[in-house]
Amino acid sequence: MNTPRTVLFKVLRTDPAAPVPRYDEFRVPVGSRTTVLDALLAVRRLKDPGLAVRHSCLHGSCGTCGMRVNGREVLACVTRLQELGDPVVVEPLAGARVVGDLVVDMEPLYRRLEPVGRPLLRASERAGPDRAEAAAAPGTGPVLEELERFEDCIECGLCLSACPVAGDPRFLGPAALAAAERVLEEPRGTEGRAVLGLVDDAHGAWRCHLAFECSAVCPAGVDPGGTIMRLRRRLLADRLPRLVGKSHPHQEVPS
Amino acid sequence: MIGAGLRRGDKRRLVPRWLDPHGRHLGSWAFVANRLTGLGLVVYLYLHLVILSTLLRGPEAWDGMVELFRRPVFLAFDLLLVAGLAFHGFNGLRVALVGSGLLVDRHKALLVAAGTLVGLVTLVAAVRIVG
Repeated sequence: MNTPRTVLFKVLRTDPAAPVPRYDEFRVPVGSRTTVLDALLAVRRLKDPGLAVRHSCLHGSCGTCGMRVNGREVLACVTRLQELGDPVVVEPLAGARVVGDLVVDMEPLYRRLEPVGRPLLRASERAGPDRAEAAAAPGTGPVLEELERFEDCIECGLCLSACPVAGDPRFLGPAALAAAERVLEEPRGTEGRAVLGLVDDAHGAWRCHLAFECSAVCPAGVDPGGTIMRLRRRLLADRLPRLVGKSHPHQEVPS
Repeated sequence: MIGAGLRRGDKRRLVPRWLDPHGRHLGSWAFVANRLTGLGLVVYLYLHLVILSTLLRGPEAWDGMVELFRRPVFLAFDLLLVAGLAFHGFNGLRVALVGSGLLVDRHKALLVAAGTLVGLVTLVAAVRIVG
């Protein structure tokens, strides 16, 4: 009988009450289809019930199990251990406050998305303006059934963790900038000029340094880096005619 | 609390996030190299002005300085300077193009082209410096 293959897991543990994080090691049996999340849940079930891991859908849709595995941002639920070496080093996402072990505070990502109108989830055309307005009325909150996600972004935060300059909280970040470009591409009633003014800033689209790490790690294929470059092209096309004292008839931003 | 700078363990806490391209893609390495060569060129500019100021101390002082800079270790620094200057220049062109929304889908190919040109320029410079 064959002995099951095992992999050594080194998990960065953070107790908010303790001053210094530490690596704990666990040896985990793995099969050909075992994912990083499977292994972490096995650790929690069999070896350390205190291990903090966040997950939900288990198939790469919800974006809640983002973490760094061997230094790269991944969704743990769709990353198979067979693709990794031994040992496997697991750490929380960078650039965010660690709530505990592998769970980080996602508030900075959502805070960055707010100024661009949080366009990732908007009233669908099917819902109609009246119902969408009712859904967004103060005190009631949006009714999810009446909203329709039409973007690929799953708000996992991997792009913020991978971006070398997103440690600065003033930077809007890849997800929000990509969302802004999407708004400008398809306004659906959003004030385009305001969004354009927001991203035309030293801490907006011009802060990106073209490392394209966001695009490399994005599990949903959004290509935030390429989208930010398209946003810059839009900004230049808007700025240049004004610099020479002409308005550009083809670059009017819809409002 | 783990801050933005932490990458792998406590030992690297002091390394700024942008300066840690470990396990990253080519774009991050290019970004770090561009920043470091830029800082190096700024330092060189001031150093160059300081060295030029020896002209104020007469021809003997200047000749002595030139003799010093003909030593192999300084020639190696010369080559490093040429390589850094070439990288910063060629990669800067790539950044200007892609950063303006042009040839965005070709950014990796442009980086490879910039790297190739840096290699060629450095090779020519090495031949001329050694020869």
